[in-house]
Amino acid sequence: MADGGSFDTFPKLLLRNAAKFGNHPAFRHKDLGIWQTWTWTEVAGIVRAYAAGLQRIGLQPSETIAIVGSNRPKLYWTMMAAQALRAIPVPVYSDAVADELTYVLAHADVKLVAAQDQEQVDKVLSVSDRVPHLRKIVYDEPRGLRDYDHSRLIAIHDVIEDGRAALAGNAAFGEQIDEIIRQGEGSDISIILYTSGTTGASKGVMLSARRCIDAVTDTVRFDRLTQNDVALAYLPLAWVGDHYLNYAQGLAAGFCMACPESGETVEQDLREIGPTFYFAPPRVFENMLTRVMIRMEDAAPIKRRMFDYFLGIARRHGESILTGKPVPVSGRLLYALGRSILYEPLKNVLGLSRVRVAYTAGEAIGPDLFAFYRSIGLNLKQLYGQTEAFLYVTCQPDGEIYSDTVGPAAPNVDIRIAESGEVQFRSPGMFVRYFKDQARTAETLTPDGYVKTGDAGFFDEKTGHLKIIDRAKDVGRLADGTIFAPKYLENKLKFFPSIKEAVAFGDSREFVCAILNIDLTAVGSWAERNNIAYGSYQELAGHPLVYDLVAKSVAEVNRSLAEEKVMAGAQIRRFLILHKELDADDGELTRTQKVRRGFIAERYAPLVAALYDGSHEADISTEVTFEDGRKGVIAARVKIRDVPAIGATEPLGRAA
Amino acid sequence: MRMPDTSEILLQVEGVSLAFGGVKALRNVSLDIRKGEIRAIIGPNGAGKTSMLNVINGFYHPNRGAITFKGRTRAQMQPFEASRGGIARTFQNVALFKGMSALDNIMAGRTLKMRRGLLWQMLRYGPALAEEIEHRHRVEEIIDFLEIEPIRKVPVARLPYGLQKRVELGRALAMEPDLLLLDEPMAGMNLEEKKDMSRFILDVNDYYGTTIALIEHDMAVVMDLSHRVVVLDHGVKIADGTPDEVKKNQGVIDAYLGIAH
Repeated sequence: MADGGSFDTFPKLLLRNAAKFGNHPAFRHKDLGIWQTWTWTEVAGIVRAYAAGLQRIGLQPSETIAIVGSNRPKLYWTMMAAQALRAIPVPVYSDAVADELTYVLAHADVKLVAAQDQEQVDKVLSVSDRVPHLRKIVYDEPRGLRDYDHSRLIAIHDVIEDGRAALAGNAAFGEQIDEIIRQGEGSDISIILYTSGTTGASKGVMLSARRCIDAVTDTVRFDRLTQNDVALAYLPLAWVGDHYLNYAQGLAAGFCMACPESGETVEQDLREIGPTFYFAPPRVFENMLTRVMIRMEDAAPIKRRMFDYFLGIARRHGESILTGKPVPVSGRLLYALGRSILYEPLKNVLGLSRVRVAYTAGEAIGPDLFAFYRSIGLNLKQLYGQTEAFLYVTCQPDGEIYSDTVGPAAPNVDIRIAESGEVQFRSPGMFVRYFKDQARTAETLTPDGYVKTGDAGFFDEKTGHLKIIDRAKDVGRLADGTIFAPKYLENKLKFFPSIKEAVAFGDSREFVCAILNIDLTAVGSWAERNNIAYGSYQELAGHPLVYDLVAKSVAEVNRSLAEEKVMAGAQIRRFLILHKELDADDGELTRTQKVRRGFIAERYAPLVAALYDGSHEADISTEVTFEDGRKGVIAARVKIRDVPAIGATEPLGRAA
Repeated sequence: MRMPDTSEILLQVEGVSLAFGGVKALRNVSLDIRKGEIRAIIGPNGAGKTSMLNVINGFYHPNRGAITFKGRTRAQMQPFEASRGGIARTFQNVALFKGMSALDNIMAGRTLKMRRGLLWQMLRYGPALAEEIEHRHRVEEIIDFLEIEPIRKVPVARLPYGLQKRVELGRALAMEPDLLLLDEPMAGMNLEEKKDMSRFILDVNDYYGTTIALIEHDMAVVMDLSHRVVVLDHGVKIADGTPDEVKKNQGVIDAYLGIAH
């Protein structure tokens, strides 16, 4: 087992790995249908030559080099080679549009750009006149670039070969490169990661080498990662998750980073590589499960019955077996049988057979979804983090896993909840400052050195784990002072398959109300099974039996809220089902499918008013945009339903 | 777009006429294809475009006229001679082995290049194995070139039309042809698929230096892609030249828009 230990820069860790794990695979990449492998010794040699080559084309210490592209060994080596020269790599999202790219390249003062292929080179060239300091572009894949002006373009392969030749011909030069690596200090800025910038222009988060290595050393120990582990490096290079989980942990633990053949082949590559450490956002786990379920629908009846039966066994005993709780012998036997005929083959199909530790983060994960993967024996856990922390703020230790918490503080991390309800932390990996942005650095750091996350949360009483409820700026209070976290409520509602979207209201109000969208597929098939006839979305949405169905889900949400002291007062008292689906074309959702609460409150003001004035029906007419771009008006009468609060102190009658 | 480096003529069609009974598909058509160029053959429905391609690759035998390919003149050529000689083609209606994977379909394009006998190949041993590895390598390069890695092992019948067309192009490329004939490579494609296909055609021409003759209905595509265009109408050549020249030609405008009678 290895970790960061006494090493304070990544290039030094690379040399350590070459000495210690010499012939262990460091990188794999599927090229022309075959997995190519590079050992730590080979990578150390290539990176040394690459660093020499980069120095010969003029990369100086503390200068920046941007990296644009997907997960390719040569792009990871660019980071290593730049860090070896004490220069600073700045990865950029490969799908960034020209404007975002220009902003980052110009703001970071990049001198060089490493681009993956023609597409990225074209993008960089198209904005190069707005990036004043840009000198040269190096690229990985030469296809299509033959006729380009090569005065500023060089293939990475050629840079490495040039460096190798220079090193071979001049021992003093080699000594000079090694000396730069030795001189590297823990306080050197190791990388600048630009946050995606949902709020204003993106910020360049500067992370120092020592802090990065300290942070990963802790989590490598926490999850007992070793040189025998394998990760599939498929997350965006510019995202802190990839830099942390794959690059930094890979160097600290000495495990192998496998790069997929292309973005579209990740699924197949996952099966072929069989990673032991795996991260995916909830959306990916959800898609995987949906695919399995759809395929099972088409399976033969006997297989389907077997599938249902053993998933039932897994639901009952799987979680307990995984966390080591007592389980009756009969349960253990049935689970063992299920493992050999269903769980293991299923995990194999998904490419998860060898996974020892899996994490998910980024958004709330549905409890059923989470339980499904854990019940079939996948050690799926949640973490909470952000770029400013160099990822980890909290993570769930083995044996203490809950779908609705993000776990206790990660090793050596201090967390406190501010007066306002905002989560603040101090962590080993916390950022140094924002690049060229003193004002926002000061805004984000508290005087006593904590980082403000901008997220609101609280510590769960039963488990002592942190629960994240919403962005702090979206959290409001009811008239009686109860915390009102709209997204927290909306997520709880959306976990029910019949509810597609939810918008909660309650800031400065007496109680909480919600506007809901039903899921046409789920409710439609439910209606079919229950012989409910309907002609349109609008008709189905307004059907009394559908209201009954949804009211049950809302009551369920209230029951779970009642169990949490902080949230018990924020139960949903009234709701309505909207006559149309919320749509990005009408400006009701963002392009990433997040509800725009303020806009919806304005657009449906008569409905919101009706929710609070006690009436049981309201009329609304709204302008809608059809798929071909024409506009029209939909008018509807929408019903409003009351829901009893569980364990409530005051009846609704008085509140309304 | 780069113009071809040479004006060397790869294929010369002289005075070709073709008739099916009373139907005169081609009437005394002459055209040339220069080495390294993208040559488009256009015309309204029934103009004789596909007949022209079929004549070039030996599927139809012209009643009159001669074809000179790579300096050898012959009145008649069999399809297998054409493919051995270095002419590959794709079809208007995709003609792949539906049950085979994309990879196997493209491998099929290497058949003519395989040297080992049936027995060796069945044993898949020694020289036959070495040969297969070599061919697989070439095929993987094409798969990489056409960006179809994700569908390598998928039976082509399960692929959408646009991808099937791409696999077919891959199979034609696997033959490493001197002349590539594309019969309506974009028919039935949506805008995005057309863009992709156009890029691949340009890339093939640029990267492999393959001479390409294509039939296409989408005028915008033809004008963008090709170096020279020949226009057929009712089996007669009515225009021949650069896209700009052809666009201005009154005969072409009349053929496409009709003449007031």
